[in-house]
Formats: sequence, structure tokens, C-alpha cells
Amino acid sequence: MAESKQSAELTEVQKKIRATFEAFDYEFNNTVDVREIGTIIYALGCFPSQKDLHDFIAQVEEDHTGWIHLDKFLPAMTEVLLEHKFPPIPEDLVLQAFEVLDKEKKGYLDPEELTKYMTQEGEPFTQVEMDEMLTAHADHEKNCICYKDLISQLTIDPDL
Amino acid sequence: MGCGTSVATEIQGKKVETGDAAILIQRWYRRYVARLEMRRRYTWNIFQSIEYAGEQDQLQLSSFFSFMLDNFTQLNGNGPDLISQLLDPVVDPWLDRDTCYNLIPVPESYTGPRLSFPLSISDTNALLSAFKEQQTLHARYVLQLLYETKKLLKQMPNIIHLSTSYTKEITICGDLHGRLDDLLLIFYKNGLPSAETPYVFNGDFVDRGKKSIEVVILLFAYLLLYPDYMHLNRGNHEDHIMNLRYGFTKEVMQKYKTHSREILQLFQDIFSLLPVATVIDGKILIVHGGISEQTDLDFLSSIERHKVKSALRFPRHSLEQLDISQSSRQTKIMRSTDSFCSSSSHSKNQKTPNLSRQDSATSTSSSSSSSSSSTSSLCSPRTPSCLSPRPSPSSLNVPYNINVLQVPFLDSLSSISVPSPPQHEREWKQIVDILWSDPKMQEGCSPNTFRGGGCYFGPDITQRLLLQHGLQLLIRSHECKQEGYELCHGGQVITIFSASNYYEEGSNRGAYIKVGRELVPRFYQYQVSRTTRRLTLTQRVRAAEGSALKALKEKLFSHRTELMAGFQQYDQNNTGTVSVSEWALVLEAGLRLDLPWRTLRPHLSRLAPDGSVEYQSCFEDMGPGIPLPQVTPNLADTLFRYRTDIEIIFNIIDKDHSGLISTEEFRNTWRLFSAHLGVDIDDRAIDDLARSIDFNKDGSIDFTEFLEAFRVVHKLDSKDQQFNGKTFQ
Repeated sequence: MAESKQSAELTEVQKKIRATFEAFDYEFNNTVDVREIGTIIYALGCFPSQKDLHDFIAQVEEDHTGWIHLDKFLPAMTEVLLEHKFPPIPEDLVLQAFEVLDKEKKGYLDPEELTKYMTQEGEPFTQVEMDEMLTAHADHEKNCICYKDLISQLTIDPDL
Repeated sequence: MGCGTSVATEIQGKKVETGDAAILIQRWYRRYVARLEMRRRYTWNIFQSIEYAGEQDQLQLSSFFSFMLDNFTQLNGNGPDLISQLLDPVVDPWLDRDTCYNLIPVPESYTGPRLSFPLSISDTNALLSAFKEQQTLHARYVLQLLYETKKLLKQMPNIIHLSTSYTKEITICGDLHGRLDDLLLIFYKNGLPSAETPYVFNGDFVDRGKKSIEVVILLFAYLLLYPDYMHLNRGNHEDHIMNLRYGFTKEVMQKYKTHSREILQLFQDIFSLLPVATVIDGKILIVHGGISEQTDLDFLSSIERHKVKSALRFPRHSLEQLDISQSSRQTKIMRSTDSFCSSSSHSKNQKTPNLSRQDSATSTSSSSSSSSSSTSSLCSPRTPSCLSPRPSPSSLNVPYNINVLQVPFLDSLSSISVPSPPQHEREWKQIVDILWSDPKMQEGCSPNTFRGGGCYFGPDITQRLLLQHGLQLLIRSHECKQEGYELCHGGQVITIFSASNYYEEGSNRGAYIKVGRELVPRFYQYQVSRTTRRLTLTQRVRAAEGSALKALKEKLFSHRTELMAGFQQYDQNNTGTVSVSEWALVLEAGLRLDLPWRTLRPHLSRLAPDGSVEYQSCFEDMGPGIPLPQVTPNLADTLFRYRTDIEIIFNIIDKDHSGLISTEEFRNTWRLFSAHLGVDIDDRAIDDLARSIDFNKDGSIDFTEFLEAFRVVHKLDSKDQQFNGKTFQ
């Protein structure tokens, strides 16, 4: 019975992958633009690093055409999901990460502080990404980013 | 949860570098944005699917009019009615005489602009101020303006050739669709049309938006003022039949109650007189839709463009080539499918679960199930997926027992007694291809079944045409783009779209192109906004998503009977639930919209504790606008679905614009419409309906009130909360 449970899980996983893939398949020919792959993988709940993403794309892209076909994407992505290759990050860890950045233990970050970290450290944000984060989530009156609120705001977003 | 490589384990309990913390936050935030992005995409899909499905519905309406002409030439018995006038206008000599507008008195009380011809800058400025202040131009001036515009356009060639050497940069704008705010914003940002600021407007000035009249009047006014610096291309919505469905006709009838007929008549002529292409410096070709493999600019220059009044009026003699026997075979195939289907016919005869994803270009919502469409050389506006038996005039009272799909456009026309103007098939196709085609990534040229007209053209087609005529760039519009513009075919094709927030506040930007002597296009984007603060991605996605989902739910509601029948087929035990896959299948088959149903499911229906879908929940939070008259569910659905079309028909019948039509007219119209649709509704139901809504019992029906009953309201929407005293969950 473990087998049928496994294959049921497999089918569900594949359906989910297909559904997400299809949302980006504008030409209705089972291909997506390679630039969308990151979004698709994120949308499936995975957290590849930039390097992970590059490696994955190299695996599935059709000879540098800029297109990725479902035939290659499906098995590769299935493996990623079943083996939990790029696991998501739990909220409490994100909180801890923010607390690491909040050196003065204020409970919030100034926009300048956050901008510095996000655009200069790690895998830096682009200007557009930074603007979006600040506009959407900064408390405009107090001019700060209360990261506890931010975390809860972003995680109650309805799951697709 | 994960295996070794995850960042998480490194952080847990250890002292970490800020770099690692930053990465964690960045990844986590990017995931959020990725999901927002995904929602934005499927929201976009929803809007586009519904839009194109609606355009296909348009063909339904036009075929209905043809059908009416066939069977009911004079609905009112008092001379040619508006419908025949609209479809096959006899040139009214009164309109060509230059005194037609002089006869219209302008009252002293009118405070709007009083134009004097030839127009001067003070006239155009007066128009700008007036429209900014929501004023309406008096019918007399509208007619005069249109008359002058028509005279001017008659002198123009099909293809206008411009040169950058006499001017600075040329500004090229895309679809406006009646969005006055966008036009005003462009003029504000870029300058009013003048010798220093010449413009090309690439079609689709009207329909959908609420200010089509104002937009087009301004464009024509500047055209008259500066014929050398203002250039207009025809779009697929500069077409009187499209206007019937997409709002322009209605807008004219509402704003100009007394003179709508003459105004619409002039617009019809003007639209077909608009040039179809513009070429800059012999290098940049600008057309509204696109091209096909048959596109030939020399041939295009030579044809009589004004003879193609509407893309939806198919040239007569091509119909003789129609393979009727093929179609009747398909009728038999269709018979076994379930009841009433909407006009956006799908490949119904290939109803398999994986239908939605097809590799061929002829995919999604429109079917090309008749092989005659692929072998014939003409790019017909509709591939007839099936034909209903020709109804004989005497049998109008007999309800149809056969469950058939709609009467396609071509079938009705084959019997039309009123002759359409003679057109060579090739000429018609040249124009339709230019106005309706879309670029695609795949090579080759295939019929654009999604739209029902024009072609899909690949990079090779573009390349060939550009080479053939020594061009280097094709600029077109016709498709809404998120950023207002998009490049494809290796940069050889640019799509430019100038109606921002087309689907919803925040759905997309508008853009225009400026091009100078070096012929390098530069893009300028903008977005009209109700608020001064820039909306975040989150807000934009939420607003657009909400609106899209509402529209989608309305579609569900208006197909309720059919969908419930579909669900019940999978739910033999009457549990009220079906699996998610089954739910998706039913919706896919019933609505013929190619959407990610599984992804949308949480927004459309509830799950039972065991993970199956409670299908009734799809319809829960919607209801009719006012208490429904007693109607059968089937009839109700049809009314919901075709409410807009029915409204148009009523408006046309209601010649004196009183808001009332006679019960007799109502009955006849309704009977015709439902016979045409093949909906099985018996006469008694219609009579009961007519009686029940004739509230005064005086033989006339207030159709506005009637239609109000068939407007879908959302119970949870604060605007719609007048819900007949019922409590809602």
C-alpha cells in the first residue's frame, strides 16, 4: 500500500507542477520562457539560491533557445519537490535573521539600514525590489520596518 | 524537511554573519513576490480569456442581426429599421448634403463649444477644456465635424507615408479604447499635436471605455486642424458591428438620443475610410494588428478600402465555397454533447481531459474542428464548427429539440436577401489581416482562431515582409501589454498599447513611442491613477485580481444550469461534492476558458473536510439584481449571459429612446434570439415572462428594469448589498 500512496503523492505533485507551469505558458504549447522559471519554482514553494537556479535551468533549458519545455521541466521539478531540494524557510528563522540585522535590538529596522543590508549583502536586491519592499511594507508614519509585523503580513497571504 | 545544503541548518543556534541573514530574508521575500507575480499572471489570463471569449460572442450577435434581417426585415412595420440601416446602409443622400447639420438648431442654453469650420486652435482648445469638464459636444457640431472628417479622409490613400526629415520626432500611440484620461495624459506629457509634435494613432480609439466619443472627436478635430501632422490608422474596433457589442454604439445612443442614427451612420463611413497603414521614412511600418503571409503593401495600396465596412461582413461569393456537407456531419457529432453552449465554441468533438493544452497554434478557445478551415486558403472569420438546421420562417414557434451550438456567422449570411457590397475576397482578407493578426513565436502563418479573424504570424513572416519592402521595423498594437509595450521577433516587431489600467486599476501601464531621424524607437510609459501615491505591486495585484475574479464568478453564475448538470454527472450519489479534478473538468468544458482552474479553486469554491469540492459553493455569493421574474433556470442563465447583447437589441428597437418597447416587440425579439441560439424555450415561458414584467399591464415593457433582474450582483460587494431582504452568509 506504500506504493499506491507514493504514486498518489506523485500524481498530486505532478498536477501541481503542471498547473503552475501552465500559468506561464502563454503560447499554449507546453513551453515557458526561461526567465519565468525562478517565479515558477518559487511559486511551488521552493527556495533555490541563484546558483541552484542556474544549475536547474542548465538542466532543463532547450539548448539555449530561451525556452523550457514541460517534458524536461516536469521530471526535474518532480524530483526537486519529492526530495525537498530547496526547502522553504520557516517564519521563526526569518525572525531570527531579522534580529541578526537589528544590531541595536530596537525591534524594528530603519529603511536605510534595511536598504544597506538588502542591496549590499547576500544576494542583493535590485533597486526595483528594494523600492517595492519599502513602499509596501514600511510603516510610513514611524518611518521604520517592524519586521515582526512584516513577517506575519506576508505569511498570512492566502496559499495558492 | 530538507537535506544538508539548506541555509536553515546553518543559522539554527549558531552565530551568523549578516550576509547569511540577508540571504535568508532576500530569499524569503522573493518567494512572496514570486507568488504575487503568479497571481498577477493568472489574473491577466482571466481578463484576456474573458475578453477574447467576449469578442467571439460578438460574431454571435452579428449573425443574429443577419438572421433577423433574413426573417424579419421590418420589426416595426414602419420603414427600414435601424438594424438594416446599421448592417447594410443605403447611402442616405441627406447625409451627404452639406446642409444636413445646419438644420439642427443649437439652443441658447448650450454652453459647450461652438465650433467654426475650418477649425482653428481655439476650437481644439475649447474641445479639450469642455471634455475635461465632462461636457458633451452638441450633435450639430458632431455631425459637422464628422462630415468634414469624412470629406478629408476620402482624399487619403490607404497607406500614408511620413518622413522624419521635416519634423522632429514622430509620436506613435496604440489602443486608447475610449480612455480620455490616457489621451489627455499623453497630450500633457508629450505635447498637443502640432508641426513640432506629429502623431500617429494606431487604431482602436473607441469601444470599452466610457469616453469613446470624446476621444474620437478630439482625434478627428486635430486631424482636421493639422492633416499633415496628425495621422490615424484604422483598428479592428473601427467597425460598426464591433461597436454594437463593445459599447461605442451604446455610448452614442445614450449621449445623442435624437441624432444617434445619423451620427452612427457617419462613423460607419468614416471608420471604413480611415487609412490602414502608415510608413515612416520607408522603413517603419505601422498597422493596428499585424500581417499575414499574403500581406502585400503594393496590393494593399491599390484596393478600395472603404468597401470593407466591417471585418465581420464576409464577402458574399466566398460563401458558395463553404462545404455544407462537412458541416452537417459535425452537427451530428455535436448532438451528443450537453445542452446550451456559449458562442465561443471549442473543439467539442475532442472532449478529452487534457484538451486544454494543445501543441498546435490552433488552440484554446476557438475550435478549428472543421478541416475545411485549414485547407481553404481564406482566413475566414469563423471556422464553422457546426451548423444548426436552417430554421424556416414559419416554424419560429417550434422549439428546437436538437441541442446544437450557435448558428455561425457564415451560415446566416448565405441566405441573406440584402446584398452585401461586392468585394473581392483577397481585398477583404488583406484588410482583415492587417487589423486582426497577432504575432507569435512559432514560425509560419496560421488562422487566428482565438480571435476569429486575421492570422498568427511568426518571425519568418515578419522577416520576409520587411525584406520584401525594404523595411526594418513593424509597429503594431491590438494586444494589451503589462508595460504598455513589448518587443518580439528579435526586436523587429513592437507592440504599443496606450490604454493604461485596461482591465483594472493598476493592471498595466500605457506607453507611446517616439522616433526621430535615426529611426531608433524610444518608449515612454505612464499610468493614469486615481490616487497620487504610487500603488505597490501588492495593491495592484489585489485590485486586479479582485476584479478578474468577480468577472469570472459572473461567468460561472451565468452558466449555472449547465455547470450544475455537469457536476451532477460526477456526483451520482448526491453528496454535493466532486473531486478537484472533476470540478476543474466541468468548468473547463462548460466555460471554455483556458485558465489555471486548480490554482483558482480556492477563490471560487469551498472544500469539504475530505478535500473534495462543494460545488454549490461556486454560486453562493452571487444573485440577481432584483427579484427574478418566474423563469426557468435555463432561460435565466441565457438572460444573464446575453444581457449586454439583449440590451443592445432592445435599445435598437426602442427608436424613440423611451426605455419602453411593446410586449409584442419583446416577444418577437426574444423568440428570434432564442431560436437563433438554439435554446429550448417554449412560447409559453416567453409569454409568461413578458406578462410578468409588464408591470403596468399597458402593453409596454420597461426593459431597463427587466434587464436589471439579470445583472449579476455579488452579495458580498458593498455596492450590491440591496439584496431583496434576504440574508446572506
